[in-house]
Amino acid sequence: MTMFEAILLTIATAATPLLIAALGELVVERSGVLNLGVEGMMVMGAVAGFAIAQTTGSAWLGMIAAILAGAAFSLLFGFLTLTLVTNQVATGLALTLLGLGASAMIGESFVGLPGVKMEALNIPVLTDLPYVGKFLFGQDPIFYISILLTIGVVWFLFKTRAGLTLRAVGDNHTSAHSLGVPVVRIRYLAVLFGGACAGLAGGQLSLVYVPQWVENMTAGRGWIALALVVFASWRPWRILAGAYLFGAVSIGQLHAQALGIGIPSQFMSSLPYLATIIVLVLISRNKRLTLMNTPTSLGKPFVPDR
Amino acid sequence: MRIEIVKRPQHSALFSALSPFIALFLTLIAGAILFSILGKNPVSALYSYFIEPLTEVWSIHELLVKAAPLILIAVGLSVCFLSNNWNIGAEGQLIAGGIAGSILPVMFPDMQGWYVLPVMLLLGMAGGMAYATIPAFLKVRFNTNEILTSLMLVYVAQLFLDWLVRGPWRNPQGYNFPETVQFNASAILPEISSASGRAHWGFILALIAALLVWFMLSRTLNGYEIKVLGRSSRAGRFAGFSAGRLTFFAFLISGALAGLAGIAEVSGAVGQLRTSISPGYGFTAIIVAFLGRLNPLGIIAAGLVLALSYLGGEAAQISLGISEKSARIFQGIILFFVLASDTLIYYRIRIVSRAGDAVAKGA
Repeated sequence: MTMFEAILLTIATAATPLLIAALGELVVERSGVLNLGVEGMMVMGAVAGFAIAQTTGSAWLGMIAAILAGAAFSLLFGFLTLTLVTNQVATGLALTLLGLGASAMIGESFVGLPGVKMEALNIPVLTDLPYVGKFLFGQDPIFYISILLTIGVVWFLFKTRAGLTLRAVGDNHTSAHSLGVPVVRIRYLAVLFGGACAGLAGGQLSLVYVPQWVENMTAGRGWIALALVVFASWRPWRILAGAYLFGAVSIGQLHAQALGIGIPSQFMSSLPYLATIIVLVLISRNKRLTLMNTPTSLGKPFVPDR
Repeated sequence: MRIEIVKRPQHSALFSALSPFIALFLTLIAGAILFSILGKNPVSALYSYFIEPLTEVWSIHELLVKAAPLILIAVGLSVCFLSNNWNIGAEGQLIAGGIAGSILPVMFPDMQGWYVLPVMLLLGMAGGMAYATIPAFLKVRFNTNEILTSLMLVYVAQLFLDWLVRGPWRNPQGYNFPETVQFNASAILPEISSASGRAHWGFILALIAALLVWFMLSRTLNGYEIKVLGRSSRAGRFAGFSAGRLTFFAFLISGALAGLAGIAEVSGAVGQLRTSISPGYGFTAIIVAFLGRLNPLGIIAAGLVLALSYLGGEAAQISLGISEKSARIFQGIILFFVLASDTLIYYRIRIVSRAGDAVAKGA
């Protein structure tokens, strides 16, 4: 395996959780709901995935637990914001704070234990192809799931009737409601999907990326996923590009640290966060364009008339 | 069975006053359930969580030590949240204030005298302010989402502090510990009553800040402007208020108070800079602000409640063997119940059976 291949593989591993979590949030925001709890759902997924995999010895069971944990956690957000119509920004923050706290407590007895790593694919001949073999045919299953998920979200949002309905709800919930569309039910489903994706992204972190449990191991990735949705102007293909761009930045700074180029490691570590800010500024500078792309009902409370 | 909500014609003054108490009551019930699941006696667990820390004088001092930064930050955040500016990077502004305020005692340790402390506090406020200006500027000038930028800056501040105390500011006589020199006596925020405990003047500063901001919000044109623009930016513009100016104002106030909290914590409670100077006060203060219903006087009470949860966590760990991290679960749950209870202010809640008739009417 060449150096180039190795770097490409690590970039994919770093980009995958961002991609999955951002795709989930994209669907949520397209339905008009702003869930700032991605970080919390992700970290719950990470701890649940690690705990179940560690006790059962099966990485797949762990991954399923991660998805369920993220989805269950998102229901809490759904109940408050959709049924009780609480402020979405504040409720999302609450979800993140609770998730970080709860995962720290649940994970306390798992700190330092060896994890279960999900095995990478190994197909004879194909995986051994020069240059592209490892990247195309030798990665962990979650990588392939993330690519399928991207295609699936594009297809769902833009090629199906249900996707059209979901976008209509996000753009104008009042008209959608008067046309008889079950706004709240659709939003619940979107929120659940977002939670499942965030949970899966968290499971990828604790079962593929670094198979161990560390408190706060998401380290802001949930927030970067939220930024990716804005960066992508709510378009799934651009999320794919953005996630790999961020993967490249975070892997690039790690390699630069390893090479010892004389810049303090803390400065290099802050690059992904600074890059997020810069990218956000560049994208949102054009106010008209942002307004055009943002789902119009995003973050607004909806109470059906009766 | 289904829950339906119906908008009240007018918001309920009764629930507006009651909602924080409903939230606290529900949190206690949730806590009791949580402790039972963990196999602990819920009564004795709640006792060691919420009563035991209040039974001794030194422990009440600790309560004030923890309440000081929470109140300072939450008071500033109330101005932000009321005006629809979502500053969630107070933790970073706290760190920036702690660093800026420590310039004097770390770089010029020979400087001593009455003027050292006031200069430190002012530098701390300036540091927090400067750091808060970044998301405010990006929001006003480039329309950038302040939630994401202010939050990203927290990570940057934490890493910068880490570099500072491991690198240029490390105490050369400190056996390689990542710490700065101990501050000299004139750089230490004095204790209120050193005979009985550790509480320092940070708490008094927090009370003063809360009173001043309360006065500004309820008695001045500036406060009126904040509330009008917060509720409807359109109405605010018609009245000639500038949303951009207000964004700067809100971020500067909250940045200054978070910075003050940072330097008060460093100088009053710790006495030197370390790699970590706050157990997440900047985030917990968000909960304090909402529990205090974004009212500075309510925030004083809410700050004491949340400070109690930190102490309760420590007490429960010692007496019951429950992880002190349970405190963070409590804090998260409180915010959920506060937000849920606030629904009662604006809406009636009805539980509807499948057939569609209302079987029960709640309030």
